[in-house]
Amino acid sequence: MSRSFKPGGFGALRVSSVRPLEGRNQPGLGGGASRLAAAKRVRERWVFGLLGLLSLAALLPLAVILSYLVVGGLPALSWDFLTRGPSNMMRSGGIFPAIAGTFFLVVGSSLAAVPLGVAGGLYLAAYARPGLFTRLIRLAVGNLAGVPSVVYGLFGLSLFVLFLRLGVSVAAGSLTLALLVLPTVIAATEEAARSVPVGWRHASLALGATQWATVRHVVLPGALPGILTGVILAVSRAAGETAPIMFTAAAFFLPRLPTSPFEPVMALPYHLYVLSTEVARADPAVRLGTALVLLLLVLGLNLVALTLRARLRARRRGEIV
Amino acid sequence: MTERHECGRPPSELAAAALPAAAERRREPSRAQLDGRTAPPRFSFRSSTGEASKPAPAEAKLRTEDLEVWYGPVRALKGITLEMAANRVTALIGPSGCGKSTFLRALDRMNEVIPGVRTTGRVLLDGQDIYAPGVDPVEVRRRVGMVFQRPNPFPFSVFDNVAYGPRRHGVTSRSELQAIVERSLKEAALWDEVKDRLRAPALELSGGQQQRLCIARALAVRPEVLLMDEPASALDPIATGRIEDLLTELARSYTIVIVTHNMQQAARVSDSTGFFLDGQLIEFGRTEEIFTRPRDPRTEAYITGRFG
Repeated sequence: MSRSFKPGGFGALRVSSVRPLEGRNQPGLGGGASRLAAAKRVRERWVFGLLGLLSLAALLPLAVILSYLVVGGLPALSWDFLTRGPSNMMRSGGIFPAIAGTFFLVVGSSLAAVPLGVAGGLYLAAYARPGLFTRLIRLAVGNLAGVPSVVYGLFGLSLFVLFLRLGVSVAAGSLTLALLVLPTVIAATEEAARSVPVGWRHASLALGATQWATVRHVVLPGALPGILTGVILAVSRAAGETAPIMFTAAAFFLPRLPTSPFEPVMALPYHLYVLSTEVARADPAVRLGTALVLLLLVLGLNLVALTLRARLRARRRGEIV
Repeated sequence: MTERHECGRPPSELAAAALPAAAERRREPSRAQLDGRTAPPRFSFRSSTGEASKPAPAEAKLRTEDLEVWYGPVRALKGITLEMAANRVTALIGPSGCGKSTFLRALDRMNEVIPGVRTTGRVLLDGQDIYAPGVDPVEVRRRVGMVFQRPNPFPFSVFDNVAYGPRRHGVTSRSELQAIVERSLKEAALWDEVKDRLRAPALELSGGQQQRLCIARALAVRPEVLLMDEPASALDPIATGRIEDLLTELARSYTIVIVTHNMQQAARVSDSTGFFLDGQLIEFGRTEEIFTRPRDPRTEAYITGRFG
């Protein structure tokens, strides 16, 4: 039916959407066409309304979680809460060792994952020739990204903690988290390296620069904003993971900081898990406060990544003008 | 003066149409003359009107023998044998997809940058096959420079763009780099426009300036041959004119091979012209002859605008 109305409908649509005022006193268009146009306008409004509502629904959970945590956890937040260790069997006191432990794990996993991931991403973008080997690498990276985090935890336990005898420690936990973020860092690096204009790469090669010099002096600087953003996003995700560190790094209760990378630490997500499941009669404010701190940490890191990206993009736009 | 405008004319008129502009440009004092050098007599269309000189005999700087390039199973170049004379401008013309750009990239082994490309035959640079085993493509590309269709300066400063090549080849001394940058920018006729803003981002320059910067960047590594892939096609007529003037100057010191879609450009700037069609070299000869007395009917058809 709509097919047979097509010419009139198209005309009506054009008139109504581009020149709505003139459309009303167009004598040439039949009543059927304008009725159709009106129906289309109504449908359009409905669809837009529905889509808008649905996208609002996506915002809702975050808003609810955030307000729940703020209402419940904000009273617990204080300078002491952030700078003191837990007391009274973790029923009160602060969470400083957990914040510091998460910080160590984040830094440690970045130290391990960034060089490896950036190298892998650059290889895939600049060196890898299409073939079986490259396909295998891509397949492995893709599958690595899909492995559940608890599997990483068990893998880290058997490889780093037991086999390599690192024990339950910052080192073992960092390496486990590094494996978790590696695929993201590789993918972000490859994408960022590919977004560097091919003309720059060719220009460099045509000047007699080696492939490595081209990567080092043209591709890497151009890809840096994208790599940085990808790394921060990946690491902020790792900061919130519980399962990978549960068996490899996290201490149930350790009210002091580790003295070496081969000691266990407290960490925010695991501390939160312990508070929620193992500690009887814990103050809910301590629990919610911990959750709030963790969430703010992750959101803060994301915010840093986004502003960094926006800034570097703006700078690059400025260059192109 | 668009190509389309000339379509219906016979080749001799097309050639004649290219003359006034060329003659006019040559009345201006050239940069080399300002530098105190004198221009060696060069063959140009002026000679066809009986005014000027004969070409000095030129050695073949670059020679291809039975050159073939394959993109996977597709043979893009079908046995090209061609000589490019030293200190001359050789133009390659032909419709899109005829293989002229592929040919150009084969001359500095830039096709290898694209995966799945295979090259057979020989490319002799000063008699030495650049595809021979043991020849480093990096060294080939230092000796044979390239300027691309779209200006592609790095997102660095003007200075760093020109200094990029020398730096990669081990020049670290500040004063030496400064001297190279100044010389290269002067050679590319850009020095006067940018000498006060060498620290400014190259991407702030106009399109025509960017392309001359790319030429300066290519010259900075002191290549022997300069390959240009439609270097003016993304530029306006004034910027195009400057690039063409520049070509004439540069041919004094460099061997130049230029791919162009613009037949008048080929007629204006080149000494020899090769016509490519469907991966084959249909005709090659002195530019004047190609444009006034083409031997192959396909060449005539192309330059009179009957296809392409």
